[in-house]
Amino acid sequence: MLVIHCPYCGPRPELEFRHCGQAHIARPLDPSAQTADEWGEYLYLRENPKGMHAERWRHMHGCGRFFNALRDTTTDFFVTTYKCGEPRPAVSGTAPAGGQR
Amino acid sequence: MSQNTCRTAAGGRIDRSRLVNFTFDGKAFTGHVGDTLASALLANGVHLVGRSFKYHRPRGLLAAGVEEPNALVAVVRDTARRTPNLRATQVELYEGLVAESQNRWPSLQFDVGAVNDLLSPLFPAGFYYKTFMWPRKAWHQVFEPVVREAAGLGKPPTEPDPDTYAQRFAHCDVLVVGAGPAGIAAALAASAKGASVLLCDEQPEFGGSLLDEPNAQVNDHPAAEWLKASLATLRGRANVTLLSRTTCFGYFAHNMLSLNERLTEHQATPMTGVPRERLWQVRAKEVVLATGAIERPLVFPGNDRPGVMLASAARTFLNRYGVKVGSRVVLVAGCDAAYLAAFELRAAGVKIERIADIRPAPGEAVHAAALSAGIAVSTGVTVLGTFGWLRVTGITLAHLADDGSVQDRETLDCDAVLMSGGYTPTVHLFSQSRGKLRFDEAQQVFVPGNSVERERSAGACCGTDGLRATLEEGSQAGTSAAEAAGKAGSAEGYHVQLLEGSMVGTPGVLPQPGNIPPSKAFVDFQNDVTSKDLALAMREGFESVEHIKRYTTNGMATDQGKTSNMNSLGFVSAEKGVALPKAGLTTFRMPYTPITFGIFAGYDRGDLFDPVRPTPTHAWAVANGAVFEDVGLWKRSRYFPRAGENMHAAVDRECLAVRNSVGLFDASTLGKIEVVGPDAATFLNRLYVNNFNTLAEGKCRYGILTREDGFVYDDGVIARLAEDRFHVTTTTGGAPRVLHMMEDYLQTEWPDLQVWLTSTTEQWSVIAVQGPKAREVIAPLVNGLDVSNAALPHMSMVRGMLGDIPMLLMRVSFTGELGYEINVPAGHGQRAWEMVWAAGLAYGMTPYGTETMHVLRAEKGYVIVGQETDGTVTPDDAGLGWAVAKSKPDFVGKRSLARPALVAKGRKQLVGLLTAEPKTVLEEGAQIAAVPEQPVPMKLIGHVTSSYHSAVLGRSIALALVADGRALMGQTVYIPMPGGAIAAQVVAPVFYDTEGAKLHV
Repeated sequence: MLVIHCPYCGPRPELEFRHCGQAHIARPLDPSAQTADEWGEYLYLRENPKGMHAERWRHMHGCGRFFNALRDTTTDFFVTTYKCGEPRPAVSGTAPAGGQR
Repeated sequence: MSQNTCRTAAGGRIDRSRLVNFTFDGKAFTGHVGDTLASALLANGVHLVGRSFKYHRPRGLLAAGVEEPNALVAVVRDTARRTPNLRATQVELYEGLVAESQNRWPSLQFDVGAVNDLLSPLFPAGFYYKTFMWPRKAWHQVFEPVVREAAGLGKPPTEPDPDTYAQRFAHCDVLVVGAGPAGIAAALAASAKGASVLLCDEQPEFGGSLLDEPNAQVNDHPAAEWLKASLATLRGRANVTLLSRTTCFGYFAHNMLSLNERLTEHQATPMTGVPRERLWQVRAKEVVLATGAIERPLVFPGNDRPGVMLASAARTFLNRYGVKVGSRVVLVAGCDAAYLAAFELRAAGVKIERIADIRPAPGEAVHAAALSAGIAVSTGVTVLGTFGWLRVTGITLAHLADDGSVQDRETLDCDAVLMSGGYTPTVHLFSQSRGKLRFDEAQQVFVPGNSVERERSAGACCGTDGLRATLEEGSQAGTSAAEAAGKAGSAEGYHVQLLEGSMVGTPGVLPQPGNIPPSKAFVDFQNDVTSKDLALAMREGFESVEHIKRYTTNGMATDQGKTSNMNSLGFVSAEKGVALPKAGLTTFRMPYTPITFGIFAGYDRGDLFDPVRPTPTHAWAVANGAVFEDVGLWKRSRYFPRAGENMHAAVDRECLAVRNSVGLFDASTLGKIEVVGPDAATFLNRLYVNNFNTLAEGKCRYGILTREDGFVYDDGVIARLAEDRFHVTTTTGGAPRVLHMMEDYLQTEWPDLQVWLTSTTEQWSVIAVQGPKAREVIAPLVNGLDVSNAALPHMSMVRGMLGDIPMLLMRVSFTGELGYEINVPAGHGQRAWEMVWAAGLAYGMTPYGTETMHVLRAEKGYVIVGQETDGTVTPDDAGLGWAVAKSKPDFVGKRSLARPALVAKGRKQLVGLLTAEPKTVLEEGAQIAAVPEQPVPMKLIGHVTSSYHSAVLGRSIALALVADGRALMGQTVYIPMPGGAIAAQVVAPVFYDTEGAKLHV
């Protein structure tokens, strides 16, 4: 069971968290201006990278806050977590042994 | 005592002063305190302990520890406490122990199933896949019952488990797995400067291989004394936790390890008030794996006869339990370490007939020691076979010339054959941690390579040979673990005096004449896999070891390849002519050893299996005979049957009471979210399809929530309590996900909005008073509050007092009748309910449950999210297009509602159905066709979503989703059923009071 760093509460067990999909997909400010294809892409198209993935998590059974995380999908380990609204951190390479602890 | 014919005169770690009586297959034996079932049976000269899985061959003890594949027994305390598949080598003897062998009938000595052994040419690898293919019909009637009866190991208990199982979490700086020399040295070093250390070992006694080393000296003291002093030191440290009888069976992400502690299994009378077993879930900052190594069997014909065992097992039985495994012993050695067994047995008075070394050149030290002890040694030999049925009686040795021809064939009489192919590091846990294994060419084994978790291995489990190196490596590992955990450690040096032999051997199968894979040369004893089976699998095209494993079952199930894995890899690589690491490696699955289900269930059994959410009026409902249904975790009253009533009759009566007089319903389970803040209206406006800017204070509105994809997600009445305060209700099951969705948008899309969300589901008790007499019932209770139609019209709310209880009174209806929902603080719920109940008796007030609620709302065509909708239904599909505020520039889902597919023709729309035969109640979920007689597959145009008998209409009604249904009004559609198609007319989905007049009285 992973240990996940909530940016507000610190390291907590995975059981307290809920995965909420890919991060950094902003809702279009004016959805009505979107073409059908653009809107369909916003609704349904998601990345499935091998390697570093930015994703949304929520500390569901804790503070309740949403936050973003970088996770290496090849190791399952988190590299870092950060608050919503902050830019995706520049991280290269893979997760360290044991991941972020 | 007299029975223990194979016991030494002295020595071992058993308590010879205390006798223990036990039975095996009904026969009485005695052993000593400190014995295992295996050692006690051997002390009594019993080698035959089991029958093999497939061929039912007689089997004896191969090993003395966790790796034992043959001696699987059931230990029986009573009918509920019958534990199958225990390894006899790990069953601690207690007074009165009752053990039974498995996989035999009628008896271990005479097993009818052994005919399989004679028929073994008919049971090759993949037997099940190749047979039973034809005739197809025979599978269910003939083959499957037979296979099921023959399959599986052991018999489960027949009654529920009466014992308790505990679970706990633990945290530590350093977890040390395995309390052999490496683990104890690691724990000593890691805990010296205050780091918290947890040391666990699966055995009852700490010490591991040291318990088998009577002649070792550690730091100038006998090993036993060093062990005793070290354990005393560890026990004296408050920062150390010692767990014996505790198997670490799983290694999960971020150093979460699972331990199974057995607390009462070894007790003659299990202590009461103590759990039988305990699951530890340990989160360790750092881990030291000191899991040791397991000796490999040699693979030769007849290597499975009772009396053929691992050399290390013979040493354990001798040194720990004072048991001689035979009187005339042949040792077949594939490594130097095996020689010690011969030396120690000889010292105990056992005749060593021969040391047959399969290597041309044994280590010089052990070879010389053997010769000086007068033991005959032959080198470069192979084993052609063994003799004996229920016990080995002889062995045939030979040299093989380069051309494969046999030379120097000789047969020796013996009553025990010891074998050793070298040692395999126990890397199961390391592998589970996703660490990468590295093949060590010199030792011909896989050892831990790169770590993924914060762990390190020490001692024999990483291929380290020799006691001194093991102790020092353990000490260093303990120190580095403590330091990595941010504490300090204290590494020590050790000096050791001991005659030792290397544990390095060569995995694989012993060569046979003509290089033909021998039959009955077992690689996997537990799954009855021979080298011939492996060869066959390869001939049939199974290349990958993972495929060979599954085809032959080698290394599968509870054994997880403990003794078989390396030999099968050695054989496969040799057959393929590739280096061993190129053959690949199968995955080590957890658990390391079988774990009882009890510890996974833990306390979550019976009443504690799932939490129960009773409503505030639960006690009243129980007292009034409610039949409950589970809705999520809620207990909801389904109906209130009177004497002699079935559900149908009760629901009819409840429905008519509401339609004609007044009914009382507990709606407390509805989800409730209070949305508060200056931007609360803006927030709801952006989320819901409706317009909430225009909702006046004191008014209610039916709201629909769609997802961003435009499909209905939830619905509920929303009341505006104040300019900046809304009382949002959701479906019973939808409350958590609606709150989650609200939080998502609030936190991540619109963080600028000043809104706060609070779940108030359990703060309010909701009492629905529904029916034409509802006003008359509540009017006297509300302290003069004006509840007239003019003052409190449909879809409005007011604050007030119900007697002395503060309330939010909403005029809302999910029945189509005049209705009120009285919201009171949950703590007052039952009292408020009883107050209303007393007032309603004069009007014939009837309590009703969810079943009646469903019928009443269906008569009015009110949808239930999740019943009329299924995640692909838009508001318009559900006939709720009127609620969508098209003038709003945006709301969640609005853009999607304009997508081509969501406005296209042919979408399924909500309609009503009236069956041609009024008594016929359609099945919910039934499919709908436009034409009754069609070839299969039929063209289907929709399905029934709700269907009931309506008492007030005196006929059946149904709601359905039908393609372009609103264009089919008045037409007949057909519901194909096994008994023939049922005709029904498409009608509007409102069956009762279509104008809604009854709502506004």
